[in-house]
Amino acid sequence: MEIHVNGERHPLPEHIEAQTPLLWVLRDEMGLVGTKYGCGIGQCGACTVHLNGEPIRSCLTPVGALGQGQVTTIEGLASNGVLTAVQQAWIDTDVPQCGYCQAGQVMAASALLSKTPNPSDEEINSALAGNLCRCGTYMRIKAAIKTASASSLTPQAQAEASS
Amino acid sequence: MKSWNQEHPLQLELRSQLEAASGDAIFAPTRRSLVKLGGLAGLGLAIGFSLAPKRAQAAPESSGEGFEPNGYIHVRPDGRIRIYAPNPEIGQGVKTSLPIIIVKELGARWEDIDVEQAPIDASQFGRQSAGGSRSIPSTMDSLRRAGATARVMLEFAAAELWQVPRSELQTSASRVSHAASSRSASFSDLSELASRQPIPNVDHEVGDIRRDFELGEAPIVGVDNEAIVTGQPLFGIDQRLPNMRYATYSKCPATGGVVKSYNREEILALPGVADAFALDPWKGATELLSGVAVIADSTWHALQAKQALKIEWDLSNAASDDAVASLQEALSLADQVGEKAIETRGDARAAFETSENKLSASYAYPFLSHAPLEPQNCTAWYHSEEAGMEIWAPSQTPGMGKSLVAEMLGLAQDKVRIQQTRAGGGFGRRLANDYTLEAAAIARRSDTPIKLQWTREDDMAHDHYRAAGVHHFRAGIDAQGRLESFLNHHVSFTADGEKPVRAGHYSEGEFPANSVENLEITQTLLPWDTPNGFWRAPKSNGVAFAIQSVLHEISVAAGRDHMEFLMELLEQHPAPTSDRGFDPGRAKGVLRALFECDAALASSGARIVPQAAERRGQGIAFYFSHSGYVAAHADVSVSEDKAVRVHRVLVGVDVGPIVHESGARNQCEGSVIDALSTMMGLEVTCREGCIEQENFHQYPLGRISIAPRAIDVQFVKSGARSTGLGEPAFPPVAPAVCNAIFDATGQRLRQLPLAKYGYRYA
Repeated sequence: MEIHVNGERHPLPEHIEAQTPLLWVLRDEMGLVGTKYGCGIGQCGACTVHLNGEPIRSCLTPVGALGQGQVTTIEGLASNGVLTAVQQAWIDTDVPQCGYCQAGQVMAASALLSKTPNPSDEEINSALAGNLCRCGTYMRIKAAIKTASASSLTPQAQAEASS
Repeated sequence: MKSWNQEHPLQLELRSQLEAASGDAIFAPTRRSLVKLGGLAGLGLAIGFSLAPKRAQAAPESSGEGFEPNGYIHVRPDGRIRIYAPNPEIGQGVKTSLPIIIVKELGARWEDIDVEQAPIDASQFGRQSAGGSRSIPSTMDSLRRAGATARVMLEFAAAELWQVPRSELQTSASRVSHAASSRSASFSDLSELASRQPIPNVDHEVGDIRRDFELGEAPIVGVDNEAIVTGQPLFGIDQRLPNMRYATYSKCPATGGVVKSYNREEILALPGVADAFALDPWKGATELLSGVAVIADSTWHALQAKQALKIEWDLSNAASDDAVASLQEALSLADQVGEKAIETRGDARAAFETSENKLSASYAYPFLSHAPLEPQNCTAWYHSEEAGMEIWAPSQTPGMGKSLVAEMLGLAQDKVRIQQTRAGGGFGRRLANDYTLEAAAIARRSDTPIKLQWTREDDMAHDHYRAAGVHHFRAGIDAQGRLESFLNHHVSFTADGEKPVRAGHYSEGEFPANSVENLEITQTLLPWDTPNGFWRAPKSNGVAFAIQSVLHEISVAAGRDHMEFLMELLEQHPAPTSDRGFDPGRAKGVLRALFECDAALASSGARIVPQAAERRGQGIAFYFSHSGYVAAHADVSVSEDKAVRVHRVLVGVDVGPIVHESGARNQCEGSVIDALSTMMGLEVTCREGCIEQENFHQYPLGRISIAPRAIDVQFVKSGARSTGLGEPAFPPVAPAVCNAIFDATGQRLRQLPLAKYGYRYA
């Protein structure tokens, strides 16, 4: 069995059963600990990663079900040390408190903005409804998504968005 | 009393500190003790409160390793400056704010700073815990003196180098400059000479700070932000060690049940399982309860084996509480006088009976779980009796964890080394070290390091819950609409039949006690075994809802304007007798701030809207806790089917000068969201001692859609000293919102969570 994570192919050792959730393979086997365990039942979103660009709950996704699917984790967002607009907006807006949920929030927000570059409040609420923040940083999560959205839009799109 | 409710002396000490801190700040060390400790300065590079690291004493001066004047600061040869953040980071922001205090006095440039979490070492860093919003007030003096000491030594070094008086030097942006001769040197250039300077007396360098801590540069953001959004290992759960194995620990669903037998052979045959064994309890429920440990080669295998465990429990000494029945019993005591008098004045009963206008009302709030998002975990590595044990723990009290592990395992205190990690939320849950002791006990029997991982279900089932409470109020209002008598029968719980459970106390002088001529505050404690603990703003998180709601109720009954009524009570309140007691002037200040912040409101695009729209309402409340004064104003709309939309919450805050503005605002915003979330849907119940909520689907923390359109924060500059802000903004929010819902609908909400009435967020 092998899986594709952050652009690389990873053969899995034999003792990993196909039903093992991706979350624990990422964390225990591959050392990609940015993806977090929060509830184990898909309620909190701390374990959110992308599968072919779509946000999924890695705590409920068996590695055996991934096939040739491309997994992206929080560690794989930045390329060559250059942060994405979402990551940069999260830093500049000073979103985190404890920070535990934020990898999942960033993954959910990144997936939203890749499909909907200029989301409305309702679209943000809907796309991030599955990601709990126990510290209550929702105000800043919204602000950071809007900042990232604005910084990614072309000047023309920015003009349209503000009109 | 159940044997496992016996409190360890260290827990008792913590309790007394936290219960004191819920009202007063603890300013430590005092100025006097610092002066006295200054006599230690002869010891090498040691200064007052803090001994220099052994390395600096053994190889001082031209070691080529930079300038390390004390445990907090290391100016490295390459110009980077390492600052130790002494206390655990649990989301309250101290890994950023405490270093800011040092850097401000040091005169360094924030961009040159690398913050690291300090080792746990009481001899260098004093109290290293997170709780009671005490980190800022208790470390402020030490941190400022650490920074000032280093700066003065660097300035003396420059004075020696350039042969000029130190008084002509200026320090900023990690450089010392002499304007008259246009000379300037970086901290790293001066470090060798600075290391040879005597330890200065900095009494006159650090005055009483009464202004904000702006560093005059770009706004500062959290020091771990980049590591967080790139997924770097920071948290306890992220710890990995060579040959590490993964452990689970299964305890009795009813607290205190003891393992009789379990299917060990079946468990050992499961994939990846290395060992399984039962542990005997040690001390109380905040230490080590009976259970079965499973060790496996991966978290997943350990979790699978945990699910397959079949444990037979001896329930003879287990909790058998029923939360719903106990709350009903508490609510049934409305007509009784409490068993114990907390505070009485005048003749409250007689005054109440003869009042023009009488009001009786009972308020209730439920048991709560802390539910930090990072489930409890701890990594432990037992080497040998000689080499001891290493522990990595996301604890709010790592120093206590270290002491307890040493005591439990019979190791010398210095044989246990504990490393603090970032914690994925605390809210008071991690004041206890049960997960640390479990991990240590498991690791003691393992020949590899182990990481203990609790499941979310473990976390919900084995919390130390916020105690429920009931308040039976009676208020007598005179012909002028003034409060002439106030009675509160508080019903809480007791584990030992004598004292309240943790944070189940009621404070003497609790507002409006000192503003009323006829007062009767009594308390009844009902028996309760399931462990209780300190939950963000302990005691205040429930009492504020009851008191600040009933005061609104009284003002309405009296036909008074709520704000004007509160101001009158504050006018009648005597001035504080010490700088720690409740100060009615500061309370008035934060209430006024709600209506005196046009600029702040304009910037957020929100304004206080006159009550015009149908079923739209506004409410206010204020509270004093952890030395902080916070008033809240809520603007809400409520639909016919009880869907609540919170448009805006404004908080007026007086916690003295602000150390880290972005972080301080974040704490206020988070406290508002936490309070909105908690008041609407959260409640923990139990039957026969077993907690009924298993995971987040039954404990509905608020999601992003509950966020108001705006949360505005107005800081009041009262000239007081800086105090903590992890807790004080929580208590006034629920009563402000409930008062606003009453304003909108006419329905008085006397019980939390509001879901009980059929309310929900739109």
